[in-house]
Amino acid sequence: MSILVNKSTKVLVQGLTGKTGTFHTEQALAYFGTRMVGGVHPKKGGESWTSGMDGAASLPIFASVAEGREATGATASVIYVPPAGAADAIIEAIDAGIELITCITEGIPVMDMVRVKARLDRSSSRLLGPNCPGVLTPEECKIGIMPGSIFKKGSVGVVSRSGTLTYEAVFQTSRVNLGQTTAVGIGGDPVKGTEFIDMLELFLADEATKSIIMIGEIGGAAEEEAAQFIKDEAKKGRKKPMVGFIAGRTAPPGRTMGHAGAIVAGGKGGADDKIEAMKSAGITVADSPARMGTTLVDVLKG
Amino acid sequence: MNIHEHQAKALLKSFGAPVADGVAVFSVEEARKAADQLPGPLWVVKSQIHAGGRGKGKFKELGPDAKGGVRLAFTKDDVTAHAKEMLGNTLVTHQTGPAGRQVNRLYIEDGADIARELYLSLLVNRDTGRVAFVVSTEGGMDIEEVAEHTPEKILTINIDPQAGVTDADAGSISDALNLDGAARTDMAALAPILYRAFTEKDMSMLEINPLIVMENGRLRVLDAKVSFDGNALFRHDDVRALRDLTEEDDKEIEASKYDLAYIALDGEIGCMVNGAGLAMATMDIIKLYGAEPANFLDVGGGASKEKVTAAFKIITADENVKGILVNIFGGIMRCDVIAEGVVAAVKEVGLKVPLVVRLEGTNVERGQRILNESGLDITSADDLDDAAQKIVKAVRG
Repeated sequence: MSILVNKSTKVLVQGLTGKTGTFHTEQALAYFGTRMVGGVHPKKGGESWTSGMDGAASLPIFASVAEGREATGATASVIYVPPAGAADAIIEAIDAGIELITCITEGIPVMDMVRVKARLDRSSSRLLGPNCPGVLTPEECKIGIMPGSIFKKGSVGVVSRSGTLTYEAVFQTSRVNLGQTTAVGIGGDPVKGTEFIDMLELFLADEATKSIIMIGEIGGAAEEEAAQFIKDEAKKGRKKPMVGFIAGRTAPPGRTMGHAGAIVAGGKGGADDKIEAMKSAGITVADSPARMGTTLVDVLKG
Repeated sequence: MNIHEHQAKALLKSFGAPVADGVAVFSVEEARKAADQLPGPLWVVKSQIHAGGRGKGKFKELGPDAKGGVRLAFTKDDVTAHAKEMLGNTLVTHQTGPAGRQVNRLYIEDGADIARELYLSLLVNRDTGRVAFVVSTEGGMDIEEVAEHTPEKILTINIDPQAGVTDADAGSISDALNLDGAARTDMAALAPILYRAFTEKDMSMLEINPLIVMENGRLRVLDAKVSFDGNALFRHDDVRALRDLTEEDDKEIEASKYDLAYIALDGEIGCMVNGAGLAMATMDIIKLYGAEPANFLDVGGGASKEKVTAAFKIITADENVKGILVNIFGGIMRCDVIAEGVVAAVKEVGLKVPLVVRLEGTNVERGQRILNESGLDITSADDLDDAAQKIVKAVRG
């Protein structure tokens, strides 16, 4: 089993015809035949997209997400649209009733996301991101930009605010032969579609997921809220071994560290509080980003 | 992106907010002229730097008993005297760090009779995904201290983006600030004005501390601090024009030209990483092994060879850098592109310090081959742990 996506998930690409969309769609098709079923471009409807890789796959281009969904039965979309148009692309997918929308785009204005969030809250769609690496279920489905080669089918659920640290956790859990059920990047922006708690709920419910790695970073209070959730669920008897990591212990306060969401402001959002909250919820926090995998092995040995 | 107080006030005034008359000046002569233009009998001379705590700040070049960065003047001669003391000198506040900031411009403002000082700010509340007003009756002081000692005196009012600021929202803000009479009427107009300025100009922070109730019962914006969402600057030419490069670090300005997220720090190991989270984690692991990072640098997702070369030059321009760690886990970023950029940069600027490169992810083999075949003195690392240990050892011995 897995969460969010599996081998039957059909995916539309918004922004397929650009360089980034093309490259990562080729990668997705090459990854155990992820079911990429078409692209969306308002002016290129009716045309087709051809992969530059050997095997030259071809996908139809639709004029709108709604049309693409109608024609292909896609339940998921991935967005590679540049920042200025990305919010409208998300809203188009919401309006078309796409169940899982993954927005890779980095640098979307926060006010645009405030607008998206208001629409999202009134819909049944789930949004991953923006500014996230996507979601990958090993040997089944790759949505987004995660490098498929580092994955291994297995038992660990990975959820992270940081893209490249997701890869780090995946790489390390593959190395120690645990593998992953699904890895999800929720993105580093302050206003986003999915929070840790949503993913932790799914991982707790997924039978194949035997343990969880959660990677947070400075800024906001999402890690503290997630820790409280884990604590509350444990009281109800729902519990899985967990390892955590928080990036930004050495970050100076008051500065935005790359991610718009990564800032320690007014004494809040610091790494120490988050680490304490996670520890108090029974999560083992790795002190080094290089030891998430080995720390999980130690936890599982008991 | 931050702007000066006088720019923030001019912007708010253009939306209709009540702001005192004032003039921004760059010289003592201009300060005198400004005093002549304003009605008096009270003037305020305010240092314009991108940092808070100016009033309590001290000038490095003046004695400890000298007045701070915001001063009252009761005569026009006072205005001139203050301007002479402040311009060109270095103001140190709790937000500038010990180095302080040189004061290059002043804002000469008409004085006001203050009855009450309040706090009001707007920001994007990440818990709700909405713009929120944060207000407190405890204005004029450090809001962080209010938050620590009397958090119950700070109230947050979230605004539904589809409805905007309703009469009920404005009423809640007035209730929270104990406003009545003319001040309450003023707030009914002011709250929607501030919300419109915040959303239309893509601000990330709008802080008015203090917002004052004057002796005549009316509201006035006495101080204003505004920062903008860097991701939205592409649609605001007018805002971009307000940028003051003298307030920014030279290396950070250079980095921003190439769209690199760079922050200068005090350590000795220069870092070039892709992804903000991994960049922070790389800083953390350097510290874990006993050294200090010289910078935060995220080359981002879509880095080109030129961007990587520029990043490398910025790192090597820092004299404190005794070693460089390149840590790339390629997803959207391809390792071969990074490798080409590193090789090109080393060939162009030379390499005077140890360089450790760790590559993993998309096109890693191609990237490794480019590094190995370059003939340059580059140490490869197997993983993050190995990379951190190697660079710390190379620098610290």
